[in-house]
Amino acid sequence: MGRQFALWLTLLAAGIAAAALAQAVPPAGSSDVGPATAHLLGLAVVVVLAARSVQRVAALDGRRWYGTATAALFGLWVLYFWQIGVTMFDVPRVLLPAPALIGQMLIDRWDTLAGDFVQTVLKAVLVGWALGSGLGFAVGVAIDRAPFLQRGLLPLANLTSTVPLVAVAPIMVMWFGFEWPSKAAVVVLMTFFPMLVSTLAGLQAAGRLELELMHSYAASYPRTLLDLRLPAAMPFIFNALKVNATLALIGAIVAEFFGSPTVGLGFRISTEAARMNMALVWGAIVVAAVTGSVAYAVLVQLERRVAFWHPSIRSK
Amino acid sequence: MRSKAIPLRERVLPVALVLAATLLLWYVGAVGLNRAGAVERVLAPQGAYSTGQLITATLNMERPVLPAPHQVVADLYRSLVDWPLDSPRNLLYHAAVTAQSTLVGFVLGTLLGIVLAAAIVHSRTLDRALLPWIVASQTVPVLAIAPIVLVILGSLGFSGLAPKAAIAMYLCFFPVTVAMVAGLRAPQRIETELMHTYAASRLQAFWLLRMPSALPFLFPSLRVAIAAGLVGAMVAELPTGAQAGLGAKLLTGSYYGNTVGIWSALVMSALLGLALTAAVAGVERWVLQTRQAA
Repeated sequence: MGRQFALWLTLLAAGIAAAALAQAVPPAGSSDVGPATAHLLGLAVVVVLAARSVQRVAALDGRRWYGTATAALFGLWVLYFWQIGVTMFDVPRVLLPAPALIGQMLIDRWDTLAGDFVQTVLKAVLVGWALGSGLGFAVGVAIDRAPFLQRGLLPLANLTSTVPLVAVAPIMVMWFGFEWPSKAAVVVLMTFFPMLVSTLAGLQAAGRLELELMHSYAASYPRTLLDLRLPAAMPFIFNALKVNATLALIGAIVAEFFGSPTVGLGFRISTEAARMNMALVWGAIVVAAVTGSVAYAVLVQLERRVAFWHPSIRSK
Repeated sequence: MRSKAIPLRERVLPVALVLAATLLLWYVGAVGLNRAGAVERVLAPQGAYSTGQLITATLNMERPVLPAPHQVVADLYRSLVDWPLDSPRNLLYHAAVTAQSTLVGFVLGTLLGIVLAAAIVHSRTLDRALLPWIVASQTVPVLAIAPIVLVILGSLGFSGLAPKAAIAMYLCFFPVTVAMVAGLRAPQRIETELMHTYAASRLQAFWLLRMPSALPFLFPSLRVAIAAGLVGAMVAELPTGAQAGLGAKLLTGSYYGNTVGIWSALVMSALLGLALTAAVAGVERWVLQTRQAA
C-alpha cells in the first residue's frame, strides 16, 4: 500500500514539475544569454523526479503490462526532455528539430509524406518483399528433393549475408530506370537469400517421429510436405519474413539515394537533408519507423494464427 | 553441424557447379542484354556481321548494360596492378578507406553494445525502460537516419572518418546489445549461486561467470554487426560527396554510366565483406581456442 502511494506521489510530482518547467521556459530564440539559472535548476529537479518515476514503475511486479508501461513512460520522458532541451538551449533547427516541430511537419506535409509512403512502401517494398520472399520460398521447396543443389546453393546463400547487397542499387537503377521497379529489384535480391536459407532450414525441422508416422501412413511426398513439413517450417519462414520486412525497407530507401523520381521516402530524406529541412527528414523517418514496426506486429499476429502450435507461442 | 559429416569433396563439387552455372548464365545474360547496344554502336556501322562477331562484340563493349565477368576481372586486376596503392584509381585504396571507417565503427559499437548490455543486466530500471526500445529499433530501418547523422556531425565540424564511423557504430551496437543481454543472462541459477557461496563480488561474477558464458552469444552477433557496419559505412559515403571509399566509387560510377567500374566496385565490396567476416570468425576461433587451452 505504501509503495503504491509513493509511486503515485512520484508520478504526480514529476508531472507537475515537468508541466511547470514547460510553462516557465520561454520560447526558443527569445533570449541571447542562454538559459536562466532557475530554469537549469528546474530541469535538474525534473530529471531526478523523472528518473525516480521510471525506477518506481520498473520495480513493479505482477502484471505483464507493467513492463510496457515502463518503456512507454521512459519514451515519454525522452520526448519531453528532447522538447524542453531544444527550447531551453536554443538548439538550431538544422541540428535537431523539436518533437513538436516534427509533429507539426507530419500534419502540415501529410500529403507529401503520404505520396512518399505510397511510392516507397506500397509499390517498391511490398512488391519486392512479396516477390523476393516468394521466390526464395519457391526455390527452397523446389530444391528440397535435390540435395546436390542444396549443398551447392546453401553455402553461397549463407555467404550473401556478409555481402553488402544494397550496393547493386546503382546497377538496378541503370537497368530498370528511376521509377519503383528498380527499387523493387534491389529488394527482391536482398530478401531472396534469407528466405531461401530459412526455408531450407525449416524443411529439415520436422521431427523424426512425425516423419516416420507419415511414412507408416504411406503418405506421399506432397502429402508429407503439405501436412507435416511445411507447417513445421512455418516458424522459420515467419522469421525470414520478419527479417525481410526490415531489409526491404532499408533496400528501397537506400536505392532511392541513387536516383528516383521526385517522390519516395529515401528521396525525401536525402533531398530535404541536403536542404537542411531536418523536420521533414525526421517526419519521413517517423513514417518509415512506424511502417517497420507495424509490419513486424502484423507478421507476429499472423504467425500466432498460422503456427499456433509452436512452443514459443503456446507459452505466451 | 550437418556439413561436417559430409566429406570435403562432396561439398566442393556442388558449390563449384553452382558457381559455374552462375558464370554461364552471366555470360548468356551479357550477350542478351548487350545485343541491342552492340548492334547499334559497333556492328551496324560496319555492315553485315556474323553471330560470332556479335557475341564477341557484346562481351567486349565499352559501356555494356551488363559487363561480362572477364571484363570485370580485367578491370579489377588493372586497378590493383597498374596504379600505386595510394592512388584513387586503385580499388584497394577505396576498400581500405571503407574498411577503416567500418572497423573503427565496429570496435566502438561493440564496446558500446557490451557496456550497455552489462548495464541492462545489472539494472532492472534500464532493463524495463531501455531494452524494449532497443529490441523494437531492430524492426525499424535505422539506416535511414544516416543522412541526419551526417548533417549533425557535419555542422558540428566533424567530417571525414568520424561521421562514417558513427553510422557504422550505431548499426553495429544493436545486434551486439541484444545478443549480449541474452548471453550475460545465460548462466544457470546453480552457477550464480556457486559464485554467491564463494562470496564473489558482482564484478568478479561478471568477469568469471557472466562474460565467459556470453561469448558464444557475442560472436554470432559480431558477424551480423560487421556486415551491418560495412553497409552503414558505404551508405555514409553516398550523400556527402565523399571523395574516397567504395560507396563513393559506386556513386561516381552510376553518375558517369561507367558500368564496368560499378561492377568491380561491387565485387570489391563483396570481397571486403567476406574478408571482414572471415577476420571476425578468425578472432572467434582464436579466442575460443585460447580459452580451451587455458
